[in-house]
Amino acid sequence: MKEKFKSNRNSTVSYSLVIALFIILSIMSGAGLLGRKYSSLLVPVCCYIVAAIGLNMNVGISGELNLGQAGFMSLGAFTAVIVAGALNFHGVTAPALVLLICIVCGTLIAGFLGWLMSIPVLKLEGDYLAIVTLAFGQIIVNIINNVYLGIDENGLHFSFVNNSIQMQEDGKMLISGPMGATGVNTASSFLAGFLLVLISLIVVYHIMNSRNGRAIMACRDNRIAASTVGINAVAEKTLAFVISAALGGAAGALYGMNYSSFAATKFDFNLSILILVYVVLGGLGNMTGTIIATTLLVVLPEVLRFLSIYRMLIYAVVLIVIMIVTNNQTIRLRLKNLRQNKKESGKGAKTNG
Amino acid sequence: MAEENRKPILEVQDLGIDFGGLTAVNNLNMKVYPEQIDGLIGPNGAGKTTVFNMLTKVYQPTRGKIFLEGKDLEKLNPVEASQAGIARTFQNIRLFYNMSVIDNVKTGMHNHFHYNNFDAIFRTGRFRREEKRADQDARELLEIFHLSEYADLTAGNLPYGQQRRLEIARAMATQPKLLLLDEPAAGMNPQETEELMAMIREVRDHFKIAILLIEHDMQLVMQICEHITVLNYGMLLAEGTPQEIQSNPDVIKAYIGD
Repeated sequence: MKEKFKSNRNSTVSYSLVIALFIILSIMSGAGLLGRKYSSLLVPVCCYIVAAIGLNMNVGISGELNLGQAGFMSLGAFTAVIVAGALNFHGVTAPALVLLICIVCGTLIAGFLGWLMSIPVLKLEGDYLAIVTLAFGQIIVNIINNVYLGIDENGLHFSFVNNSIQMQEDGKMLISGPMGATGVNTASSFLAGFLLVLISLIVVYHIMNSRNGRAIMACRDNRIAASTVGINAVAEKTLAFVISAALGGAAGALYGMNYSSFAATKFDFNLSILILVYVVLGGLGNMTGTIIATTLLVVLPEVLRFLSIYRMLIYAVVLIVIMIVTNNQTIRLRLKNLRQNKKESGKGAKTNG
Repeated sequence: MAEENRKPILEVQDLGIDFGGLTAVNNLNMKVYPEQIDGLIGPNGAGKTTVFNMLTKVYQPTRGKIFLEGKDLEKLNPVEASQAGIARTFQNIRLFYNMSVIDNVKTGMHNHFHYNNFDAIFRTGRFRREEKRADQDARELLEIFHLSEYADLTAGNLPYGQQRRLEIARAMATQPKLLLLDEPAAGMNPQETEELMAMIREVRDHFKIAILLIEHDMQLVMQICEHITVLNYGMLLAEGTPQEIQSNPDVIKAYIGD
């Protein structure tokens, strides 16, 4: 029963997995083996992974259920659209530079709003906290859904009412209410997505294995004991919340720069739940698992497309089966024994953390 | 021991707390001197753990004052009380069960790190220096508590006796001036209790701190404590050396009845 703690090994496994996946998929995509359907999923998968890693910081490491991650993604996405619009308008068009600035801005804005939100939210615990994050996520999306924003030589024009924006001839609408962002010059690439995943992993692992990371986990395990060793639980939970929100923003920015148009309703409650499913399925606090679960669950609906109308039904069934199998003690033990037997017989079994 | 001309590390004056209409502790006066092992005993429900909760500021006392090295603790919260130098263990063990044994100890050192999140993310020299030092200190502490071989184990997987010891090790990692132990020998067999006693003495001698412990094991209390405070119904019943307490008729009455 003695299970070794293996955070360092975990991080190495995660990094190797991400790098290996990137190399394999790049080669396949370069050789045209992926097809349009799957190639178009490469960047979204990276977005979802980053958002899920961020959410795992909050749900797995800090132990607070957050149902508003899609809200932070939308914030990042629309920040990116505005920043990119402004940059393009002023003649900055190099995709890499635009994307970098957009992701930085998306991260900062989402992180800042996450910090603002954490002030009222972290006064609550458990289910109540989850409900409030859900509400905040909805509020962000619904506000953005009513925003009209355009840019011309006089600067940005903003309104909550359609057609009230008077712009110069060279003006361009960036966000048109329910239509969402329009005419975005896409800048995202699989390479950028890969780098963003790697950076998020490094940030999360480095924080996890530091003073504040330990404090965050201590508050999760036993808040009273944590306070008696001098840990301020609210400050630590705020840190986890802000990192989670900031990574959500970064993911959103990458997502926003991947489509020439998208609506705010894309980032609804369902997306928050979907990301939560990736996290729970991958394992709370388990980043490698999160990456695998996200990749599989993003690809699965595409694989199941041949089932036409039964697609989502089968998807749900597969999800339930995976949940049962991965959480069943007996099955887990069997798998573990199987693995050990394989190791003992010297065949070198494959394991993942 | 010439206690009277030394300054007490902990001084409690007329301490009291009410929960609604119930007075749990009242008019408690006590002093704990540096490098002294002090016992807090009393029948069940006498208010011993309530006193610990007031000392660590988990409960805000209704009346009275607490001084640590002459400093009034009135306005402090539990976090600040820990930073001021009071560490404790719990009657029902409260470890960070999903973290490794050594990380539990390092968590106790939380306020003795001087790097920030940027140092952590970019793994600066300061981060590596301080983490290395913390790792060494934590391993030394584990050595003292005979937990070295379990360093990388998840705390929740430790046997009961080791969990108790780890809780003390974590408390010591905060570098306290006063250590509060709430029933450290609860659930231990005689041999484990024997080891624990030796360990408590070692902690005192090694770290030169004062220890206040709640315990029901009278043999342990009488052997290890140099001074004992007896509580009954939230009031001070008696105090003195173990010999004085053992022969005190009030104490005998409170424990055995008339």
